[in-house]
Amino acid sequence: MTARTVRPIRGTAAAALATVLALTAAACSDPGGSGSGGSAARDSLVVGIAYEPDTLSPLLGYGKDGNSKVFDGLLAFDADMRLKPALAVALPEVSADGLTYTYKLRKGVTFSDGEPFGAKDVVFTYRTILDKRTNNPSKTELDALKDVKAVGDDTVVFTLKYPYAAFAQRTVLAIAPQHVAARQDVNSGPFTTKPVGTGPYVLTGWSKGEKLTFKANPRYWGGEPKVKKLTMAVVKDDDVRATRLRSGDLDGAILPPNLAKGFKNDPGKKTYAATTYDYRTVTLPTHNKVTGDTAVRRALDLAVDRRAMVDKILEGAGKPAYGPVPTSSEWFAKGTERRHDLAAAEKILDDAGWKPGPDGVRVRNGVRAAFPLWYPSGDKLRQDHALAYASDAKKAGIEIATQAGTWEVIEPRMKHDAVLAGGGSPGDPDFDQYLLLKSDLAGDGFNNMAWYANPAVDKALEDGRMTNDKAARKAAYDTVQRELVKNPGYTFLTHIDHLYVVSDRWDGLSTQVEPHDHGLAAGPWWNVEDWTPKGAAK
Amino acid sequence: MTRRLPWGPLARMAGRRALAAVPVLLVVTFGVFAVAAASPFDPVKAYAGTAGLTASQENLDQLRANLGADQPLVPRWWDWLTSALTGDLGDSSVMRQPVADVIAERIGWSVLLAATAFAVAVLAGTVLGVLAARRQGGPLDRTVTAVAYTLEAAPAFWLGLLAIWVFALKLGILPAGGLTDTASDTVTFGQVASHLVLPALVLGASQLPWFLLYVRQGVADALEEDPVRGARARGLSERTVLLGHALRSGLLPVLTLIGSRVPELITGALLVETVFSWPGIAAATVQAAMSVDFPLLAALTVLATAAVLLGNLLSDLLYALADPRVTPDA
Repeated sequence: MTARTVRPIRGTAAAALATVLALTAAACSDPGGSGSGGSAARDSLVVGIAYEPDTLSPLLGYGKDGNSKVFDGLLAFDADMRLKPALAVALPEVSADGLTYTYKLRKGVTFSDGEPFGAKDVVFTYRTILDKRTNNPSKTELDALKDVKAVGDDTVVFTLKYPYAAFAQRTVLAIAPQHVAARQDVNSGPFTTKPVGTGPYVLTGWSKGEKLTFKANPRYWGGEPKVKKLTMAVVKDDDVRATRLRSGDLDGAILPPNLAKGFKNDPGKKTYAATTYDYRTVTLPTHNKVTGDTAVRRALDLAVDRRAMVDKILEGAGKPAYGPVPTSSEWFAKGTERRHDLAAAEKILDDAGWKPGPDGVRVRNGVRAAFPLWYPSGDKLRQDHALAYASDAKKAGIEIATQAGTWEVIEPRMKHDAVLAGGGSPGDPDFDQYLLLKSDLAGDGFNNMAWYANPAVDKALEDGRMTNDKAARKAAYDTVQRELVKNPGYTFLTHIDHLYVVSDRWDGLSTQVEPHDHGLAAGPWWNVEDWTPKGAAK
Repeated sequence: MTRRLPWGPLARMAGRRALAAVPVLLVVTFGVFAVAAASPFDPVKAYAGTAGLTASQENLDQLRANLGADQPLVPRWWDWLTSALTGDLGDSSVMRQPVADVIAERIGWSVLLAATAFAVAVLAGTVLGVLAARRQGGPLDRTVTAVAYTLEAAPAFWLGLLAIWVFALKLGILPAGGLTDTASDTVTFGQVASHLVLPALVLGASQLPWFLLYVRQGVADALEEDPVRGARARGLSERTVLLGHALRSGLLPVLTLIGSRVPELITGALLVETVFSWPGIAAATVQAAMSVDFPLLAALTVLATAAVLLGNLLSDLLYALADPRVTPDA
């Protein structure tokens, strides 16, 4: 309703103003404004996103997880996160020792400025990212890469320092054109804001903090997209995003569960719930006398009511989490689910010598079963998780003091205090588990925040990344997850669904399994280049 | 009336102020670096964003070195200063582009917004002020004064949110934010004009009371002065008395006010640009401050300080020009 009434009046106001000022034509050039006077053009899409990228340069980290719209990687993920060829014609040939990856490149691909794409661009992109002078904060993800070479114009060979089974998943990262990016300062040149790529869309404007606009790339090797115009409006506030979606200003937006609920009965809008690897977890630091005790960790794992968190905090849009791998993933170790069992938790604590003190909080050898739990201030979702966790722990006789703080406050305390952390990257089971659990990464930046150390897990993590044999990998990651039951270094709470509300005007919408941070590429528009307007054929 | 303007003294005043500005700017930039260095925020973490959560310590350390964030305060400030003097303002880490580009892209929109708001405030303030002064204590005067005091007390961001709620959400007649419609990617005059209305009116309204109240008081006082009473006694028309005599002397305080309102205008714009997602320089300032982006923050602070100093100079010059009794060298 409002969509139909708001726009014409607003268009008229704009037109009237312009006429009064009599300096230029009143008719605006955009189809959504005064020109068409009604609903937006059917081949254009406006979506509201909460975060904008810092840069659009692949060399600085943009598009490292694929799906960058302006760029392509050698490979790409399909809806089920299986690898498929993109700028490469096929999946890579991997040498028997797992140290060499060879990619054959697609021929006839051009960048949006008309220059041809070739092996030199791939080599340039990877070498520039690895260069110490390049300010790419995601460089660590290519740690395994030793060197990359072009063989002729259509073959690229990667050599690794150590066998790394997840390496192919890393080659979804966007490829930059050497002929543009090599001629300027990698860290601040114009390419960082005015990208040139091979992807389905071409950037037409970026007003920082406001929006990014794209148009379909007529030269796209996969065929020109049917959705010709794409606008990503940066709207940080959840309520404003919902209001602008309702007013017709946006065609789609990411929304938190409570706001998405308001669109349930809107016949013109559809809600999409994307399953994710996005977990919320509590770190249980090894160096804390309470959280470092295996009995306490195991008790907390059973005392926590994950189902209630999903139902109450997430309004059903999520799943209980037992580790970084979501229960719906093929890599999940069946049988490692933990039931909510307060009695069992209390028994574990009793057996370990944690006896209830006068105030109900358990004590052992003069140590009270109490610890602080930090969460980043302003994050409502984590705050809710933290409070629910503390209340569940209280019932088992463990006292948790929840405290809000900025990361600057939290970071120096991570070695001894618990933190309500979040993360998750789909693609390969190595991505999350190695960084979270490897003992020699303890305290390395934000990796292994809990200082978890378990030789069996360390070995399984190495086994999992060294071999390309899928059964052997599955066995390794099953071991990791079973070890986490015996000695949890974290209490995993939930995997969170991401909710999107989109106008029902297109065919071909689906969602991908999504990572923790949701930027431009996540959401039903992950494959907007494949959408077709509804009823376009008639 | 013709009178020789005191060009010599005026030029001397401008020159002296320019000289005095140099140490002020030096102190201000050093202050920015010192405050930013003392802040608990880490520029490397701000730069890395979510990627920093999975980056290795080695990666983060390399970033720190590349960004120069491992340098002590004084050399860092000195480096910035010396290269700024040669015209190189450095690179903004938060915007990933040269500082000069960030400023060039945005300053025009800020000037447009501030100038429009200022014009609104001065014009509306003068007109309403004169009308109120004419019938002091009358219903118009009482209403206008009451509204002015209310506006004076209302923070600009609150006015902004109120305006969005009324005009964009409830009435739906004006856009809630941005420079152009969301779906548009070309910047046309009509689009910008309609998007400028709300932020300019809000910023103008937040400045309006000062002008209004000054003009009202100035004109009312002037109406009581002997020359004006004499003019009335000579039987000159009310219009001539008001515009020709009372307004002329009543406007003098407004001239001083024009320059001295510049700092308020800048802080007001800071809030209004943020509320209306106006892609101006103020929005960038907020981001630069939160990310401890030294080069950008320092350049923007110099800009703001220079604007304030210029504003003060301007108001003194205007006053000297308008009132022959004032000697600019005093």
